[in-house]
Amino acid sequence: MEPIISVRNLAKTYLMGESEVQALRGVSFDISKGEFVAIMGPSGSGKSTLMNLLGCLDTPTEGEYMLDGLPVEQLDSDLLSAVRNRKIGFIFQQFNLLARGTALENVELPLIYKGNVKRAERRERAEAALEIVGLADRMEHRPRELSGGQQQRVAIARALVTQPAILLADEPTGNLDSHSSEEVMQVFEDLNEQGITVVLVTHEPDVALHAHRVITVRDGLLASDKTNGNDRRRATVNGGRMADDGAAQQGDDPTNKEAEHVYN
Amino acid sequence: MSTIDLGELTKRRQIAQPQEAGLEEQSSLEDLETGGISIFESIGLAWSTLMANKVRTVLTALGVIIGVASVVALLAIGNGSQAEITDQITANGANLLTVRASGAAGGGNATLTTDDAVAIADVLNVPDAAAVSAESQSITTVVLGSTSETTIVIGVTPVYLTMHNNQMQYGSFITDDDSKSNVVVLGSQAAKNLFGDGVDPTGQIIRIKGINFTVIGSLKAKGSSSQTFDDSGVLIPLGVAQAKISGGRVQSAGNKTALSTIVVQAANKDTILQAKAEVEGLLRSRHDLPADGSADDFTVANQEDLINTLTATTRTMTIYLAVIAAISLIVGGIGIMNIMLVSVRERTREIGLRKAIGARERDILTQFLIEALMLSTTGGLIGLGIGVLIAVVANETGQARALVSTDSVLLAVGFAMAVGLFFGIEPARRAAKLDPIDALRYE
Repeated sequence: MEPIISVRNLAKTYLMGESEVQALRGVSFDISKGEFVAIMGPSGSGKSTLMNLLGCLDTPTEGEYMLDGLPVEQLDSDLLSAVRNRKIGFIFQQFNLLARGTALENVELPLIYKGNVKRAERRERAEAALEIVGLADRMEHRPRELSGGQQQRVAIARALVTQPAILLADEPTGNLDSHSSEEVMQVFEDLNEQGITVVLVTHEPDVALHAHRVITVRDGLLASDKTNGNDRRRATVNGGRMADDGAAQQGDDPTNKEAEHVYN
Repeated sequence: MSTIDLGELTKRRQIAQPQEAGLEEQSSLEDLETGGISIFESIGLAWSTLMANKVRTVLTALGVIIGVASVVALLAIGNGSQAEITDQITANGANLLTVRASGAAGGGNATLTTDDAVAIADVLNVPDAAAVSAESQSITTVVLGSTSETTIVIGVTPVYLTMHNNQMQYGSFITDDDSKSNVVVLGSQAAKNLFGDGVDPTGQIIRIKGINFTVIGSLKAKGSSSQTFDDSGVLIPLGVAQAKISGGRVQSAGNKTALSTIVVQAANKDTILQAKAEVEGLLRSRHDLPADGSADDFTVANQEDLINTLTATTRTMTIYLAVIAAISLIVGGIGIMNIMLVSVRERTREIGLRKAIGARERDILTQFLIEALMLSTTGGLIGLGIGVLIAVVANETGQARALVSTDSVLLAVGFAMAVGLFFGIEPARRAAKLDPIDALRYE
C-alpha cells in the first residue's frame, strides 16, 4: 500500500548556545494509510523532535520526509502552514482550545485558516466532526463547561474537520483520568477503524497498547518498530513496514512489555 | 463510544474519509498556495478578541479617545476664533481697500482730496473698483439736552450705507440731496446712549460741535461681537462735514478740503490686488510723486492683510495646542503598544495553536495589526464624537465659538489610525515570529 508518511534518514541538530545537540540522528520508516502507530521513547530520546518534524512544525537538518506525496523538507514557512492546515490534524496534551470560543467555533477554526469555505459549509462540517466524536449535544458549550475528556474530543473534532491525511496526537491522554483516557482512546480506535491514519506520541504503555504498531525511539535513533499482538490489521501494517529497521520483526511480541522495560 | 455509527455519520455529512480525500486532493504544491484566511475573517477574529476583554479594550483605547477629542476640540475652537476675527473685519464690508494719508511726503498731514476720490471712482482710471466711498472723520462732542457724548463724526456719501454692510433701524439714510443739509444718521450705540434703547430718534435735534443737526435715522446694530465706528459714531453728509466739522485742507493740492479716508470696494476677492495697484498708480500720478520709488504720501490697506495678520496669531496658538494634544495621542499609541505586547505574551499558546493548525506568519501579523488598528480607529471615532460634543457645548453655552472642520476631523482620525498602525507593528511582528513549538510549550 502507498505510504502516507515516508521518512528517510531524518536528522535534526539543534544549536544550544555553542554546542550542537543531535536530537535525531537519522531515522527511516514508512507509515501506510489507515495505520494506527504509537511513537514511544523516554524523554530526551528525540521522540518530541520526531513528532515536531512529522507535524511540520519544524524542518529537518538532514533527510527526507514525504507526507501524502509532498516533499516536506523542501517547503517554505507558508507552505508548511498550509500542509499543517490540510494534511495534519493535531491533538495536544493540553487540548489547546480557545477558552472564549464555543466547541463549534473551536472546531471551525482550521477551516477559517484554510479559506474558501463558506460560513454555512464551515458550520456544517464542524457540526459533523463534533457528531463523529459524540459531542452533538455540546456544540454551544465553552471549554470550561466541558470535562477533560470532552475537551479532548472537541480537539479531535477540530483535527478531523479539514479531513487531514493523518491525525497526529501528542500525549493525548496525558492530562486525563483513566476513564476519560479510555474514552478518548476509544474515539481514536473508532476513527482508525473508519480508515483514518493515526500517529500518537506517548510514553504510556497502556495508551500505546491501542495502537497496532509501536515505533520506539532512543538516543535519536529508531530502537524498535513492532506490531502489537492485539493488532487487528496486522496485514496492512506489515505491508507498510520499513525495511531498514535493524530491530527484530517479531510481530507476535507484545510491545507493552518492551515499553515497560524502557520506562521502569 | 462504540454506539456511534461513524460510517452513517460520515456518509450523511459527506465528510470524506482521508483515503478518498487523499486521492481526490492528490497533493500538489499549487493546491497549497490557494486559499488562506480572508481579510473579513481576520477582522472577525480581531473583533472577538477585543470584545472578549471589554474593560481592557476601553482602557487601552482611552488614550487615543482623549487625544483625538482634544485635537478635534482645540482645532474647532481655534478655527472658531479665526472665523470670528474674519467676521468682525468683514462686518465692515467685504473686499475693501482703505486709502489713508501718510508717509514722509505728507508727514502725517492730509493729502487726500475729494477730487482723488472722484478720480478713483472713474472706471477709466481704476477699472477694478466697484464702489468708492469718500470719508472724513473727526472726533467731537455730540450733545442732546444735558446728555453729551464724545464720539466719531464721519462725513459720508450715500454709498457708505451698503458698502459697509449697514441697515437702517429707523428713518432713512443720507441721500445726494442732503449733501448741504444739517442732517445726521446715528450709529446704534450712539442712538442708544443719547435717546435710550428702542426709541426712534427720527426728527430730533442734536448739537454737533455747537451746530444743530436733525436726526433722519439710525443704523441697526452690527452684532455684539463686532465693534465698529458704525455702532458708536454718527454719520453726516460729507460736504457738511468738510465745511463745518473737520475743515482740514490739503496744501499740496491747491488748499482743497481734505478727506481722511477713501474706501474702495473691489468687485470681488480676486481683483483686490489689481484694484490696489491701480489706486496706488493713480494717486502717485495725481500727487505728482516721481516714478523713482520715492515713498507714497498715502497708504492703501488691504482688508485681507489685516485678516491674515490677526488670524496668523490665532493659528499659531491653535497649532501649539494641537501639537500638545497630538503628543497625548502618541502617548495613547504607546499605551496600545504596551497592552498589545502583554497580549502577545498572554496569548503565546493560542498563537502557537493557530500556527499549528495552519495560520501563516502573515495571518498572525494581520490579525494583531487589525486589533491595533481597530483599537486606535474606534478610539479615534469615539474621541471625534467627544471632540464634536465639546465644540457644540462650547457654542451653545457661548463659552467660545467652535468650528469643526473636515480637515481637522480627517487629520485627527487619520493620525490616530497611523499611531495604531505604527505602534501595532512591533507586537504583531513578535506574535508572527513566534516559533509554534516553543509557543505551544509556553506556560
